[in-house]
Amino acid sequence: MTEFRSLSLVPKADGPQSVKDFKTDQEVRWCPGCGDYAILAAVQSFMPELGIRRENTVFVSGIGCSSRFPYYMNTYGMHSIHGRAPAIATGLATSRRDLSVWVVTGDGDALSIGGNHLIHALRRNVNLKILLFNNRIYGLTKGQYSPTSEVGKITKSTPMGSLDAPFNPLSLAIGAEATFVARTIDSDRQHLQSVLRAAAEHQGAALVEIYQNCNIFNDGAFEVLKEPGTRDEALIRLEHGRPIRFGTDQGVFRGPDGELAVRTVTPENEAEVLVHDAHTPGPATAFALTRLADADTLHHTPIGVLRSVERPVYDDLMAEQLERATTDRGPGDLGALLTGHDTWTVV
Amino acid sequence: MTSQVDQSEAVDGSDGSEGRAGSAPPAARQGRPVKPTRRLDRVIIRFAGDSGDGMQLTGDRFTSETASFGNDLSTLPNFPAEIRAPAGTLPGVSSFQLHFADHDILTPGDAPNVLVAMNPAALKANLPDLPHGAEIIVNTDEFTKRALAKVGYAADPLTDGSLDAFRLHKVPLTTLTLEALKESGLARKDAERAKNMFALGLLSWMYHRPTGGTETFLRQKFAKKPDIAEANILAFRAGWNFGETTEDFAVSYEIAPAALPSGTYRNISGNLALSYGLIAASTRSGLPLFLGSYPITPASDILHELSKHKNFGVRTFQAEDEIAGIGAALGAAFGGALGVTTTSGPGVALKSETIGLAVSLELPLLVVDIQRGGPSTGLPTKTEQADLLQAMFGRNGEAPVPVVAPATPAECFTAALEAARIALTYRTPVFLLSDGYLANGSEPWRIPAVDELPDLTVDFATEPNHELPDGSRAFWPYKRDARTLARPWAVPGTPGLEHRIGGIEKQDGTGNISYDPANHDFMVRTRQAKVDGIEVPPLEVDDPQGDARVLVLGWGSTYGPITAAVRRVRADGGRIAQAHLRHLNPFPANLGQVLHGYDRVIVPEMNLGQLALLLRAKYLVDAQSYNQVRGLPFKAAQLADVLHAAIGTLDAEDQR
Repeated sequence: MTEFRSLSLVPKADGPQSVKDFKTDQEVRWCPGCGDYAILAAVQSFMPELGIRRENTVFVSGIGCSSRFPYYMNTYGMHSIHGRAPAIATGLATSRRDLSVWVVTGDGDALSIGGNHLIHALRRNVNLKILLFNNRIYGLTKGQYSPTSEVGKITKSTPMGSLDAPFNPLSLAIGAEATFVARTIDSDRQHLQSVLRAAAEHQGAALVEIYQNCNIFNDGAFEVLKEPGTRDEALIRLEHGRPIRFGTDQGVFRGPDGELAVRTVTPENEAEVLVHDAHTPGPATAFALTRLADADTLHHTPIGVLRSVERPVYDDLMAEQLERATTDRGPGDLGALLTGHDTWTVV
Repeated sequence: MTSQVDQSEAVDGSDGSEGRAGSAPPAARQGRPVKPTRRLDRVIIRFAGDSGDGMQLTGDRFTSETASFGNDLSTLPNFPAEIRAPAGTLPGVSSFQLHFADHDILTPGDAPNVLVAMNPAALKANLPDLPHGAEIIVNTDEFTKRALAKVGYAADPLTDGSLDAFRLHKVPLTTLTLEALKESGLARKDAERAKNMFALGLLSWMYHRPTGGTETFLRQKFAKKPDIAEANILAFRAGWNFGETTEDFAVSYEIAPAALPSGTYRNISGNLALSYGLIAASTRSGLPLFLGSYPITPASDILHELSKHKNFGVRTFQAEDEIAGIGAALGAAFGGALGVTTTSGPGVALKSETIGLAVSLELPLLVVDIQRGGPSTGLPTKTEQADLLQAMFGRNGEAPVPVVAPATPAECFTAALEAARIALTYRTPVFLLSDGYLANGSEPWRIPAVDELPDLTVDFATEPNHELPDGSRAFWPYKRDARTLARPWAVPGTPGLEHRIGGIEKQDGTGNISYDPANHDFMVRTRQAKVDGIEVPPLEVDDPQGDARVLVLGWGSTYGPITAAVRRVRADGGRIAQAHLRHLNPFPANLGQVLHGYDRVIVPEMNLGQLALLLRAKYLVDAQSYNQVRGLPFKAAQLADVLHAAIGTLDAEDQR
């Protein structure tokens, strides 16, 4: 069994767990055909692998379709308010290091109303696993464009097309000093679980973007990455330590200007194909990988772990300060604190 | 020389005789030239200067000396929002007022008996507050033509006779300080900065203050710059010696220690008392304290203070914004911590949605609002109590939140414990409404013994609490305690009690999502009933003869000026009853009865009548507001006039 370093302080389960242990008796209320079902099933069947006590697992969400997620996980959970899940989870994770804390959020929740909390949780490197369900649309409010929608998107609120340039969530995360950045797809359970595994192993904040289909308001948004006829040319599966190759003969190369580019791999240039190193301390190459895909067509979309580096975890640093203060000054003495140093006595 | 206290000023003390100077034997300390000493029962001093002159520090030090001497005291720091406003200008004036006495006092005093003015701006800004006969000590070095012109003095007030009604001491403070420090080797600029300590030394001589504490303080403050420490001490001693030797200061004054109830005392400001109250609540509940906060005046000092006490298990989290501050505190509360967020009015506005979530989740959470002048940015460094209705109603939906308000700086300690008691017992967010005046003002505090403090022990849920039809046991997160209506608090890590809670309406008992109309109606009423049913102590009424017809009712920091005004009215033979609310939601159960027991109810508030609005709505009583929103506390004399007038009109109506 994998040793999940980020869970070293979380009590281990008494025995093996099964997917059934993580299902609740609540009726799942997403639209039939929604990508959220596949993600839920993948997460529920992955959780036993962690080998930790179910009662020490907490799912915190904001508002949106994806944020109903905690109701369907038989762990502790909080369905909070729009955009604030990373902030709430920060308070929980930093004060309870014996918990495994997961945040479930969407593109509107995490990148619009809650953008500030997301970037600050990432830069602090709080030990949170953040699952960002990106469907590039507002589903729960019935179909307005989102901060990841492509420019010109025709929606209820943009009948003449949306004007805003979208966020690239992984570029944003790397810019926000994230130590772990990954992407996966709702329909590929094996890949999704491999990314969840890597996120759980990571010490600190992990951002996992999950491309998720909204079959009601933005159906087929990621079809090019799923269709057998197109996916091989569109999708780049990253594996640490392996040359980045995809399709029949495509590869990622670093050009003379330092930029990354997709080119046909030939026997002559085969040795120059970029080898993926998720652990490179500098963020430049990981950032360049986030920029490979065409924002409109999604061609050349990398999935997998783009970046995974080590940096002190906020929760640990906070706990260390408490321990150091106690070592240096002894445990707090309330009587002495209240008395202070400048007193006088009235008889 | 009896001008220390203006005879025309009405009394602030209960004995009706305070403020009059009497003769006392001259101090006969060894080695001192014999100068006469007079005994006073109280004095009000105001230090005023540029915001860079160190007036707050000077005031703090004089206060500490006074506290350790054993006088009762009350302080009013008053400073601009700008950190360094342009030097020598009126907006840049910073002041610190201190009232100290040989008996118990309640306010920082209406009008200073002594003004220390470090420059023309400080003189001009503060002169209107001085009664005739007050003493003024000015730093003549700063009264240059340019400095005078800057604040619009056409002629030098030190020579044009405009200050004839006052007792003026012209002291070249800068020159004297430089002279005292000429051997120190300090650059002129550094040496000049010690002039506030020269002034402090002079005042310390005038009022026989102990000096050891200040010297120790300076050595600690400048531990890394011993030459600066020694220079400040030298200037401080030079100021003291100047008073001792110069002809201009012919008399010094003694104010005997106050006969306070027996005990060990310290001086404490509201924000410090509140911080200690939070730590005490953590210790007494056994729950780790988690503060999520974003810096904002005048609440930041609580964040600063709590961050010093990590050895109490206190976690302080300086969040990215106000919303994250309260969010993190609520997340920590879900995990079983004593969650606290501290802020001021604008921050409360941002936190409103999360407070609503806490109401719905029914988790304990303390929301500390150090009120300041509003709306919007308003007056960040000035006091006001205009967030009452925001605390009561500033959320979407029916979202009742208990409200507790301390009356004095020291009472911020017990108010924090009381707010924690309510939050932990009833599983609810609680507002603690302090204000800028309480936060920065200070007074002597009788230090309580730890075992006198309330026991706030909490029982977390450990077992399933509901039997299902099939006989199995389940955990229902919204199954309530019959008496308190509180729901169980089951923290993550407790096996078998895994549950999900959220902001969506939930089914009574199970906590599952429910859109059922009857259930929503029931849950809204139940949350209200829980808050309405919180047990709070009855309102105490001070009506010595029991024959008053006018009741003055206040809340929060108006306690001091209202009580001082009541003493004045009674000293003049007026009959007046007084009561002060510490609980604003729910109100004490006997409040309606108290209100209806008087022919007239006067409610002074530093807002436009927010408590009065609540009283009128709830009790159909003709509560009459007296309002001021000047960013400053009421003056006792001003309120005494209002109370006299109320009694007078009532009597006049009777005669018609």
